[in-house]
Amino acid sequence: MKKNWYKYLSVIFLGYVIIWGFLGHIPRQPVLHETARNLYFHVPMWFGMFSLLSVSVWNSVQYLRTSNMLYDTKSAEYANSGILFGIVGIMTGSIWARYTWGAWWTNDVKLNGAAVGLLIYFAYIILRGSFNDEQQKARISSIYNIFAVALLIPLLIVLPRIGDSLHPGNGGNPGFKPMDTQHTMRIVFYPACIGWICLGFWITNLRIRLKNLEQIHQENN
Amino acid sequence: MLKEIKALIEKEIRLELRQKYALSGMILYVFSTIYVCYLSFRLKANEMDKITWNTLFWIILLFTAMNAIAKSFTQERFGRLLYQYTLASPVGIILSKIAYNTLLMLVLALIGFGVYAIIMGNPVEDIGYYLLSIVLGAVGFASTLTMVAGIASKAENSATLMAILSFPIIIPILIMLLKISKNALDGLDRSNSLDEILTLLAIDAIVLVLSVILFPFLWRS
Repeated sequence: MKKNWYKYLSVIFLGYVIIWGFLGHIPRQPVLHETARNLYFHVPMWFGMFSLLSVSVWNSVQYLRTSNMLYDTKSAEYANSGILFGIVGIMTGSIWARYTWGAWWTNDVKLNGAAVGLLIYFAYIILRGSFNDEQQKARISSIYNIFAVALLIPLLIVLPRIGDSLHPGNGGNPGFKPMDTQHTMRIVFYPACIGWICLGFWITNLRIRLKNLEQIHQENN
Repeated sequence: MLKEIKALIEKEIRLELRQKYALSGMILYVFSTIYVCYLSFRLKANEMDKITWNTLFWIILLFTAMNAIAKSFTQERFGRLLYQYTLASPVGIILSKIAYNTLLMLVLALIGFGVYAIIMGNPVEDIGYYLLSIVLGAVGFASTLTMVAGIASKAENSATLMAILSFPIIIPILIMLLKISKNALDGLDRSNSLDEILTLLAIDAIVLVLSVILFPFLWRS
């Protein structure tokens, strides 16, 4: 129970989000209307992705400090789940954008940032795939992980200079905060963020255990 | 330390001059890429859009940089590298490689700019500032790509890896450069680009610090 609290939290919160996210009241807004419910599914993906990728980088640093292979497995698996969240985030966003902005993809600050972030991590996976030696794979992919993220941060600062965002709450578009006087959306949105992040850590946890078991299995044969 | 770096840079230059065909090859690469672009766009002088002119120039420079720097860790034989590494410290090696690649990029970029301006026409209004943006670009490209070349050289399919690893992380530098050079192209007041130049210098500083921290780990393998 002590170690699994976040799994219970994830199940309870996400159950609540799925039911109340579709049935609950939302403020009427022009253009957005009912699509505003995407807030509960699309936005938490980015919070999830950022927290998973931060843990991945932290594990990379730990690997370089200690050379313990466990940290490398962790770093790779956290990056994988981060990518999964990123892809789902882009998909939910893209479908939503088709019906509110009228296009699957636009030249938007946040879209570009997400795309570049994913490109970096796809490259990371390919880099991992091109080594045979385990130690070398671990060390070099850790180096790239740290190097790439340090350059992703200036990018996220640089990008907004090119153009304003179309997203609700940016660039003069109405957000939810002033409209949501009754807190009807907030009481679903915050649990949604926590629930999805916990789900991300749960998935990663299972994958890491699977990887470790596979390794033990290989060593015994 | 400084003495060591100086000796290593001298070694790189001597090595380059000893195989003159490699250097001439890179210059020819710039020249023929520009000519391919010239023929593909079927240009008469000064017919091209200013923005296209600028973007095309930077993309040509980016590819030149990739080709020139990709070989900085692969041109020497394994045994000689091993010998070198017993003599010099990793920090000295990475700093000398970055300095040498910056020098190389400066030569290539300035030759490239000359040829490009003659063939494609020269709409630049503030030449001094445009040259400054080229210098900043050479420093930025060289420092980022040197580290990536080091990472890619350890893997098997290093040519592909070099491209996919470096493109996403070079984007912030490229965006800032495009902005500065566009301002110079239009002859805007110089104070307009100050912000971008500072950001670029900050990114360069991050890259340098990270290279110094991370290269010793890369070097060990």
